[in-house]
Formats: sequence, structure tokens, C-alpha cells
Amino acid sequence: MAKQVEDFDANLAGEEGKESTKTGWFRRIRKGILTSTHEKKETPEGLWTKCPQCNHICTASDLRDNLFVCPNCNYHHRIGSEEYFNTLFDNSEYTELFDNIRSKDFLEFTDLKPYKKRLEETWSKTDLKDSMRVAAGKIKDHGVVIACMDFEFIGGSLGSVMGEKFSRAVDYCIEHRLPFIVISKSGGARMMESAFSLMQLAKTSGKLSQLSDAGLPYISLLTDPTFGGISASFGMLGDLNIAEPGALIGFAGPRVIKETIKKDLPEGFQRSEFLLEHGFLDFIIDRKEMKDKLATVFTMFEN
Amino acid sequence: MPTDANRQFLDFEKPIKDLIDEIEHLKKSSETKKIDHSTGIRQLEELIIEKRKEITLNLSSWQRVQLSRHPDRPYTMKYIEKMTDSFLELYGDRNVKDDKAMVGGFAQLGGETVMIIGQQKGINTKMRQMRNFGMANPEGYRKALRLMKLAEKFNKPVITLIDTPGAFPGLEAEERGQGEAIARNIYEMMRLKVPVICVVIGEGASGGAMGIGVGDRVFMMENTWYTVISPESCSSILWRSWEKKEVAAEQLRLTAEKMLGFGLIDGIIPEPVGGAHWSYDEAATILKDYLIDVLKELKQEPAEQRVSKRIEKFGKMGFWEEVN
Repeated sequence: MAKQVEDFDANLAGEEGKESTKTGWFRRIRKGILTSTHEKKETPEGLWTKCPQCNHICTASDLRDNLFVCPNCNYHHRIGSEEYFNTLFDNSEYTELFDNIRSKDFLEFTDLKPYKKRLEETWSKTDLKDSMRVAAGKIKDHGVVIACMDFEFIGGSLGSVMGEKFSRAVDYCIEHRLPFIVISKSGGARMMESAFSLMQLAKTSGKLSQLSDAGLPYISLLTDPTFGGISASFGMLGDLNIAEPGALIGFAGPRVIKETIKKDLPEGFQRSEFLLEHGFLDFIIDRKEMKDKLATVFTMFEN
Repeated sequence: MPTDANRQFLDFEKPIKDLIDEIEHLKKSSETKKIDHSTGIRQLEELIIEKRKEITLNLSSWQRVQLSRHPDRPYTMKYIEKMTDSFLELYGDRNVKDDKAMVGGFAQLGGETVMIIGQQKGINTKMRQMRNFGMANPEGYRKALRLMKLAEKFNKPVITLIDTPGAFPGLEAEERGQGEAIARNIYEMMRLKVPVICVVIGEGASGGAMGIGVGDRVFMMENTWYTVISPESCSSILWRSWEKKEVAAEQLRLTAEKMLGFGLIDGIIPEPVGGAHWSYDEAATILKDYLIDVLKELKQEPAEQRVSKRIEKFGKMGFWEEVN
């Protein structure tokens, strides 16, 4: 497990950490010229990767075949919506919903750089329109809607777009009588949208209330990391709250807590296993068993 | 309430302090030298009111934040004391403990029973520690929810007074599920069958505020702020420095005026000239009159309609664009 206290704030500030340590030569200024970024998702064969937890070395393609879980120590690498959709939906078939909504810099918020510029840079660097994608498909023949966050889009931050996609996803579930799964991976609320991002906590919770009244299941799957506004709203409101192993999950980030109490944090603090022990998770599930387990859950609800 | 002699002043309130000092000086001299300064004193007193007005007219966002934290500002218990009768304070979350940062209970407001809940800050060093600076732990939010459900059972309206620099970021808070506690409150407040009015009376910081901040009407008092993060923390994260809090406050658009302009709150409640700390009685009377009027209005609607309108209201919040 990563020993150092991770700084999620850096991700919320829109910096992906590693990027800044690269020299200018290797920093990608614009999208690939010959191959679209979308197609380049496939990792080139023969590239070796080292597990950040146990230093086990395996090829990137082996790691991918293992659903980005270290074959040696079971460390769950962070993956995006594309990977989750491909893993969970039958035959990797799904229909993406509401993909035409994207963020707007309504407040003309400027910190070290304007929010507008930050958005444009993220759009050009990734194929994402915002930090959440919604898709409908089937998990072992059970129709479901999955909303999944992408950490690489400004730290998976919760802003107006995520709130609106979430709301529309709930409406879609109610209209088509489908269960709702949300896969969280976020540093928290998007500061550049100020109070608008805070209000998404209420907006999404209100929609969950409607989903509940419709008698439809809502499963909150928490992955590494899930913090702030997410855990203070829909992240913790699942009929079932489940998590991947070893994921950091909490309200306040470890750095802030450490500064507040002026003490080192205990080993395993805010990890999935810690949350399970304290009664906030229904169970922890390995990525490789996730699909089967979700199908079991839906069968239980239906029969 | 502090007397003029033991008031505390913010930097930009300095001109008022000078005038008050001058009055004190004149008063002393009229006693010792037996000279009548009453006209001069009256003129100075009028000047003070003018100054108070003038100062609050052109406040920066950061100065507004400073006013919301004014050491003499009235806190939740003061409003309860001044606005209501027969306050019956109720303690504890029935689970872990009683959180002193969150207070609440039944009270009579304008002859009617209401449940009134809010974060409480301390008025001196010892009390500030006891109240944990108005930063509630999960048990505080769960206590608040318990009281709200109690109000719902007896069909009494809920009023929340928000004044917090944030939910407490501590080790035990995490162990006991700070996120879950706030999430549960937001969810349940959205569904409460009784009228709910929320008022930011001081600081409205993030999830800690939102944890008692979902209502049919959400108001901000004139000199308060409400947003997703405190300007200091925002500065430290986005500017990588604690020095940019003024800019952060500006960028966050956290004042009542901006929030009303965005449609994120339903109204601004005026304060006594210069801020609520100049007259607790006046501040409480203004708030009380507002609350009574709004309650009357809300009670005319059937419960179900109130709940669906509440969900709808928050459902509209946000900005985005649709592209192809």
C-alpha cells in the first residue's frame, strides 16, 4: 500500500502529478496526430509495468488481462470508466447516455489558470467531456445503468455536469425500471464551480430519494480514492455500499486530518477494510469477482 | 452583548472605534470638567451610524468573510434566546455522545412550536474549545437528524441556523462516518414532511453547512458566506499558498448577494447597520419576523407538494452546455 500520504488536492487542482515531473520533451501538447487518443487506449504489447505496492513486474497486457489488478499482491490499479464499462457490461456492449453535456465556465473562475483553460486542456488531453460517464447495458442479462467517474478529469471532481448526468441517469432508471450503479473515484467537489458544486450534493440526494420511492436498487461502488462531497452525498447512500480492496475512502483527506490532529495516521486508516470494520460498507469485492457478485445481488433483488 | 467599551474591532472598523473613543473622551471630560458635551456626543453618535453604514456598503468578499467571523457576532444560542420562548434544549444522538458543536430543541416562535437546530461556536477560549469552534462531528449531524425526525413526528416545522467553518476533519470523525452522517442528513432533509427553513447566520462552509442546509427556503444573512470550501483552504489548494485567501474569496463568489444572484438561495436577511454584532436584539427581531412570515407561507402548502418542490428546486441548480 502506498506509504506516503497522498495529496488529492493536487488532483482537484487539475494537476495529475506525474505529468509535471516529465520534462518538456515528453509532455504531450496536443492529441496524437496519427492515432486518435481513443484508439490508443490499448497498451502497447511488451511494455513492462511495475506494481506500486509490491514492485512485481509484469507486462502491461498481462496486467490488462488481469483487469489491472496486480497478479502478485492484488493491488487494484486505478482505471477509468472505459475499463469499468468493458469489464462489467456483457460482451463489453453498452450505450453511452447524455454524453453531450459538458462543463461551462459560468463563473469565469480563475485561480492559477482560468477554469475555462483548464477545461480546454483536459478536453484535449483526454477523450472525456467531464468527470462522469453514464452507460446503459447488461450485467449477466440484468439490465442496468452505470455511472462511472474518471479520475483523470480534474480529479474526478463533482461539478454541475456530474450532478446533471447523475440526475438524468436516475430519471432514465425510473423510466426503464433499471437498477443504478455508481462507481465513485473522486477527490471531492469541484472548487472552480464554487457553491454550484456544493449544491450537487443536495441535487443528487434528492434524485436518489425519487429512485428509492420507485423501489429501484442503487448500488454505490467506491474505488480508490473517494473523498469529500462524494462521500458526503450519494457515495454513502447506496442500498449497498461496496468497495474495491485497499481503496482510500473518507470525508476529509488524510493530509487535512494529519494537519488537524498533528499526529501520524494509523496504518490502514480510511482504507476499504477500515470502513468495513467501522460498519460503513456492506462488503469489499475484488475487481475480478465484481461482475458475478453484482449479478448475484440483482438476482436476489428480483427473485 | 458587548458594551461600547469592550467591543472588538476589525481593521476596517477602525474609524468607528476612533469615534467611540472620542465619545468616551467627551463623556469623561463632561464629568470631570462639568462641561456639557451632549450635542457633540449626539453628533458623534449619528456619525457612528453613518460610518457603520458606509463601511458595509463597500465591503470586499474577504471583508464580508471577516464580518461573518466577527468575535462579537451573535451565535445560534443567542438567536434562540432572543427570538424564542421556552427553549427546551435536547441533547445527544442516542448513539455515541452529545456533540456540543450542534445544539437544538423545541421552542416557541411567535406562539408556535418549532424545532430549532444549529451549529454553536464558543464565546471565549474555553467555550470555543468545548464547542469545537462550531465544527460538528458525525454525532452532531446525527443528533440534528434525530431532532428533525422528532419534529416531523409531531408535525412541527424545522428551522436550522448555519454557522460553521466546516465539519470536523478528525480521526474519530472518520471512524464514525462523517461523510455518511452528512449524506444521510441531506437525504433525509430532502424528504422531511414538515416545512424546513435554513438560515446561514455566519459561516456556511461546505458539506458541514449543507449537513443541516437542505430546506424549502434557504436564506443568508447579509454579512455571511456560503460556498464549497473556506477561502483559506481554497487558496492553499488552488494557489498552493495560504496568502491568496482574499482572491479566493472573490473568485468563490461566496457572498449573500452573489448567491442570491445565482439562484442558489431564496433571500437575504438584512442585519442591523454595520452588522449583526451592533445589536443582537435588532438582528434577532429582523430574523424572527422573516421566519414567522415564511413559515406562514410554507404551511399553506400540502406536505407532498413541499417535498417535491424542494427536490425540484435543488434539481435545477448547476450550469453546463450541451454539445454534439
